[in-house]
Amino acid sequence: MKITDQEVLHVAGLSRLKLDEHELKRFLRELNAIVDYMDMLAQIDTAGVPETVHATMLTRALRQDIPERSQERAAALANAPSQREGKIVVPRVIE
Amino acid sequence: MRDYDIVIGLEVHAQLLTETKIFCGCSARAGLAPNSSTCPVCMGMPGVLPVLNSKVVEFGIRLGLATGCTIARRNVFARKNYFYPDLPKGYQITQYDRPLCERGFLEIEIAGTKKRIGITRIHMEEDAGKNIHDEHEPVSYMDFNRAGVPLLEIVSEPDIAGPDEAVAYLKELRQILMFLDICDGNMEEGSFRCDANISVKPKGVAAFGIRTELKNMNSFRNVGKALEFEVDRHIGILKAGGRVEQDTRLWDVAANRTRSMRSKEESHDYRYFPDPDLVPLEVDEAWIEEIRSSLPELPSAKRKRFQEEYGLPAYDADVLTQTKALADYFEQCSELLDSPKEISNWIMTEVLRVLNEQDIALPQLKVTPGMLTAMLTLISTGTISISMAKEVFAEMASSGRTAEDIVQSKGLRQISDEDELLGLVQGILENNPAEVKKYRQGKTQLLGFFVGQLMKATKGKANPNLANSIIKEMLES
Repeated sequence: MKITDQEVLHVAGLSRLKLDEHELKRFLRELNAIVDYMDMLAQIDTAGVPETVHATMLTRALRQDIPERSQERAAALANAPSQREGKIVVPRVIE
Repeated sequence: MRDYDIVIGLEVHAQLLTETKIFCGCSARAGLAPNSSTCPVCMGMPGVLPVLNSKVVEFGIRLGLATGCTIARRNVFARKNYFYPDLPKGYQITQYDRPLCERGFLEIEIAGTKKRIGITRIHMEEDAGKNIHDEHEPVSYMDFNRAGVPLLEIVSEPDIAGPDEAVAYLKELRQILMFLDICDGNMEEGSFRCDANISVKPKGVAAFGIRTELKNMNSFRNVGKALEFEVDRHIGILKAGGRVEQDTRLWDVAANRTRSMRSKEESHDYRYFPDPDLVPLEVDEAWIEEIRSSLPELPSAKRKRFQEEYGLPAYDADVLTQTKALADYFEQCSELLDSPKEISNWIMTEVLRVLNEQDIALPQLKVTPGMLTAMLTLISTGTISISMAKEVFAEMASSGRTAEDIVQSKGLRQISDEDELLGLVQGILENNPAEVKKYRQGKTQLLGFFVGQLMKATKGKANPNLANSIIKEMLES
């Protein structure tokens, strides 16, 4: 096992997730399976193969700087659990 | 002067003057109704695809070329993951190991000495939304209009050896951005933001000290004060045999000090990875050359040219090139009248004073270059005196009328008629025999008294040079 309990809990913390004992075991298993798969890929000899970050061959997908219609504000706020004066209300974040 | 070396590196975020956001067509303008400039792309809805705004790349290349950077032919966008309410997607799209520009520099000048400050990298990224904290309730309000507004992040090398150099670097960088027309440079409103990394080490020691990061400095003044404070704080700790703690600190304007943000978050665990929604961007030579050929004259080149071409002192060249508009105004005047120093003097005093008093920008100034130079011609031909001209200028600036018109209607024309002045002086000498006697006995400082009398008699309209010489002549004959 490459990934430890501690690492799973750390990543969960960064994602604001609380895991119970059962979930922790499940993620430990799944994350390790992913890492094992990556290890397998890492065994392939890629010397001389250029780095690829995308499967398409596009290299210049650009748009012009021309304004388009934004969505209605109601749509922007539709998923917000709480709103006030057009703004989304969230629990206080203190810097 | 100090036993310590100061090491500062600066990170600047410049909001770009594009019409639209970096990855969608929503307006990038500030000041719109909250959350009205949003769409599924900038709100981070599932299933949407961001598409890069070509203007952002162009602006980035412009700055890169202006600061001597190497432009990357191949660009990759990455996701920087963190969880904060101002970030609708849960990640910021930025560039990580393949920034647009690398290894540039800009030149600053401190007390006549030039110094190069290295620029490590310039990359493109999106801004986050705006967080407004309620003062009374434990809630914050989110406005996502700013989410997705394009930014350039400009990272300097740790070449900056003190707060004064940091401020000089920022001023130069801001001026370049404004000359390139890619950022409005407004620090108070956050379109030009700065974070600093600072550390201090005993002189001569090679290893860097432990650094702190400074945020929330929204003016040049605050940058200077915050850095001064940190320098003193670090040195104080080191002198007492202590250890500086690595942390992120805010400049507290009200308390005039920095304070720790005490973030428990392991904020640097950003888990960057290439953004699968965006394809790599290839920039070809032709595009770079096209942008290079359209670059305007930069502030440093303009300063140099103003000294060489117009024979202006360094100070004048510096003031006149603060903004492109002011430099253009000067040059338009100089095209109409070959008297650069005189034009410079009037711009540095009266023009800047009026802009300041009326709280306007140059395009709103009612005194056009043609009007200013016409007024200067009235001075050189002796029609009006300098002090009259100041009155005329103020009137031009408030009414927009020409100098000629104002001189006519106010009867401001100065008296340069020798016979008329002779007659008046004659009368003044007759009315003040005691003073005449004293003057002739050697109390020559009384000259000012007689000139004053003449000015009073002419309501200030006597040509001052002529008045002086006539009075002197008559007293000494």
